Amino acid sequence: MNTAAQHLQEQFDTSRQQIKAAKLGMWTFLATEVVLFGALFCAYAFYRYVFPQGYALASKHTDFALGTIETAILLTSSLTMALAIRATRLAQRKATVYFLAATAILGAAFIGIHATEYLQEWHEHLWPGKHFDESLRGVNGTEMFFTLYYVMTCLHGLHVTIGIGVLVVLAVLSFRGRFTAGYYTPLELGGLYWHLVDIVWIFLYPLFYLVSRT
Amino acid sequence: MNIDEKKNLRTYLLVWIALLVLLALTAASAYVKLGSFNIVVSMCISIAKTALVMGLFMELRREHGTTIVFAIAGFFWLILLIAPTLSDVVTR
Repeated sequence: MNTAAQHLQEQFDTSRQQIKAAKLGMWTFLATEVVLFGALFCAYAFYRYVFPQGYALASKHTDFALGTIETAILLTSSLTMALAIRATRLAQRKATVYFLAATAILGAAFIGIHATEYLQEWHEHLWPGKHFDESLRGVNGTEMFFTLYYVMTCLHGLHVTIGIGVLVVLAVLSFRGRFTAGYYTPLELGGLYWHLVDIVWIFLYPLFYLVSRT
Repeated sequence: MNIDEKKNLRTYLLVWIALLVLLALTAASAYVKLGSFNIVVSMCISIAKTALVMGLFMELRREHGTTIVFAIAGFFWLILLIAPTLSDVVTR
């Protein structure tokens, strides 16, 4: 039987304490992630205040439909993540693997859709630099908007990619029966990470796709 | 299946539906002319979505007080980062 007691390390008195410490550590790491993205959100807010017209104009060139679909995909992947952990608590090993795989596939779909968006933007001359769109170039702030858009969505995409890797490892470990209803801390920590990446996108979506649609 | 997990399943599905409804609301609100109030609406909806994800998907509501303080700390530092920066540029 695979129990929490079996995984108890000597520096902890009880499994309860060990699990609490693990989660506290994970939340601490997530707080540093919030501040990492936070610096970029701060830059975004600063320049949005300085260049409201540039932001409004540039935002109209982002793909509203794809951005909305991507948001729905990530929100759904958070549901399948929660369901994967629930399945482990119910000792349903197969269901856990399926839900983890579904979460990873939704994450991959997100990355795929975003890649097509980047490509589309490349063809529309929306990458700042020498070939930047002529009509946008004249308005202050448009290049800043797209610079922040690429930096922030790429950093987020990197997190999604790492998350997919974590999910694959967790799915393999679940398949091998490493987690039980009594011990599934790694699954919980991986889940926390995945949900945080979802939260970052919850803010990126309105800030880049919905600046000025009227 | 015990009663608790049945309840959890219901909670998870309801949260998911609520998140999608909030997404539809944000998307729709962007097409309503509210001027600078648009950003206020969309940020409020994003904060509501975050509260749902953190409280119910990440199970923060069942965590120990210390963990909740740590979870909120990140956002606290974020406010300390953004608010003074904006107060500078807004009052120039």
